[in-house]
Amino acid sequence: MSTPLLEVRDLTLQVGARILVRELSFQINPSEVWCMLGPNGAGKTTFLHTVVGLRESQAGMVRLAGRTLGDWSAAEAARQRGFLPQTYHDAFSASVLDSVMLGRHPYLSRWQWEGEGDREIAIDALAAVDLAGFAQRDVLALSGGERQRVALAALLAQDAPLLLLDEPVSHLDLHHQLLVLDHLGKLARERGTGVLFTVHDLNLATRFASHALLLTPQGTVQQGPIGEVMTETALWCAFGHRVSRIEAAGRVLFVPE
Amino acid sequence: MPARRAVLVIVLLAALAGMSLFAALTVGSMQVDLREVLDALVGGAGVRQEVVRLLRLPRALAAFATGGLLALAGALMQILLRNPLADPYVLGLSGGAAVGALGAMFVGFGALAVHLGAAGGALVSVLLVFALARRDFARQQMFGAFDASPRLLLTGVMLAAGWAAVITLMLTLAPEARLRGMLFWLMGDLNGAESWAPALLVLAAALVVIYPAARDLNVLLRGEAIAHALGVRVRRLRRTVYVVASVATALAVTTAGAIGFVGLVVPHALRLALGNDQRMLLPASAFAGGTLLLLADTAARSVLAPQQLPVGVITALLGVPVFMFLLTRNPRKT
Repeated sequence: MSTPLLEVRDLTLQVGARILVRELSFQINPSEVWCMLGPNGAGKTTFLHTVVGLRESQAGMVRLAGRTLGDWSAAEAARQRGFLPQTYHDAFSASVLDSVMLGRHPYLSRWQWEGEGDREIAIDALAAVDLAGFAQRDVLALSGGERQRVALAALLAQDAPLLLLDEPVSHLDLHHQLLVLDHLGKLARERGTGVLFTVHDLNLATRFASHALLLTPQGTVQQGPIGEVMTETALWCAFGHRVSRIEAAGRVLFVPE
Repeated sequence: MPARRAVLVIVLLAALAGMSLFAALTVGSMQVDLREVLDALVGGAGVRQEVVRLLRLPRALAAFATGGLLALAGALMQILLRNPLADPYVLGLSGGAAVGALGAMFVGFGALAVHLGAAGGALVSVLLVFALARRDFARQQMFGAFDASPRLLLTGVMLAAGWAAVITLMLTLAPEARLRGMLFWLMGDLNGAESWAPALLVLAAALVVIYPAARDLNVLLRGEAIAHALGVRVRRLRRTVYVVASVATALAVTTAGAIGFVGLVVPHALRLALGNDQRMLLPASAFAGGTLLLLADTAARSVLAPQQLPVGVITALLGVPVFMFLLTRNPRKT
């Protein structure tokens, strides 16, 4: 068994006096696609920020590829894991290609400029999110969904073995939601990439994830293979809303009542 | 932006700066030709040579250094606050310097005390912002990680408002005879700015300190969370940017008073015309800002000679139409 890409032990997340997540332990192995589900304010973003190192954890341990998070240098960590934040805002105009090429930052030495290889990687990443013709466009002139795809392309250009994505498809249309998640699944299958994404659409979760983390308002977390975690009862407990599990067209679907 | 293009831009702007320097040395109430200027620079004797060497050269170098410092500080503040409207004074630094300088004039002290007052006021202002907004520098913001530092900006704006009140109070109470000098200082004035060496040295030092982090700054512009994920040490970088921008601004203000406009407009105009890669933009801003202020100061002392105009008036009168043209021409590249 290879080293897990991410290993979390007894992690407790607390905001003020409120405990969001209590003693969570789990690990992401190569080629696993995890989705993280849970109601608003359950701690999904806080969890991701902690794992990325944007935030200190109150208790517990996070290991990246077998090494404690604090032992990684910033640049090394950037070659090991990528992170897509939930929101971002562009204050200045920049070309789409330049924005995506920033994903190559961790691979360049201090005085090195982006080369032809970096440019090709960025162009491939743009093609993967269906923005092939957009390289010279200005990011400020794009729609919300297109900007999200630019951010996704920059993450793909970062080319890290572990990808952490906070609501990667929240602004995308149906076609591009499927396209992006399908591409992440392909990376997991073909290159062993580990993926963890948060999502609110239960059916996208069941369709693309192999494993799930289900956060509840009480701070407990269900985890495991997707079929075991996503049950009618568990989802009802987490979201406080009844859903029915049906099978149609060869897929498992969850229909809210 | 390819490296070759960035180097080309910087070399062209440096050449332009050199030509402006010669232009500034020839122009004035006493016309001096280029040969005499060169003669003066290598130490030739004569009245014209003396005028060039002892009067025009120090003032020209002070003007160039001040403009370069302001434009560089402006570019850095715009990155730090991720706000295109930021200028070197946005966090209240010029207000503090003005209170110090005007305070010295108010009680009738000489030029040295005015310089020291400006430097002291600027320092107090920098430390106040640092102390009040220390959370923005000391700790990763948990949930505001994607915002353009509104708390830091608000702290600076409030501080500036406080300084402005003190300045107005001093102008109200100041004796008639000193009012003119105070107003000139507030507009920015290079008359009597002989101390060019510290400003020029700090300009070079600021570029040396910040330039190695230029690509990190490109990443920081995408937001702190993304910059962190891409391996930038965000907190340390933000502190460095703030310190470099503050020292640069403080030196500029101490040298020539609160010259407005250069710090806001030069980086912005270059960004509109050439793009937003900091590896090009930071040195380009320094050269272009220096050149702009040098030319503006030459105009300020020669257009209505022997009457001298505050150079801040010239920079604004020249710069506003140019900037408006750039802005309306085509705000989006391609």
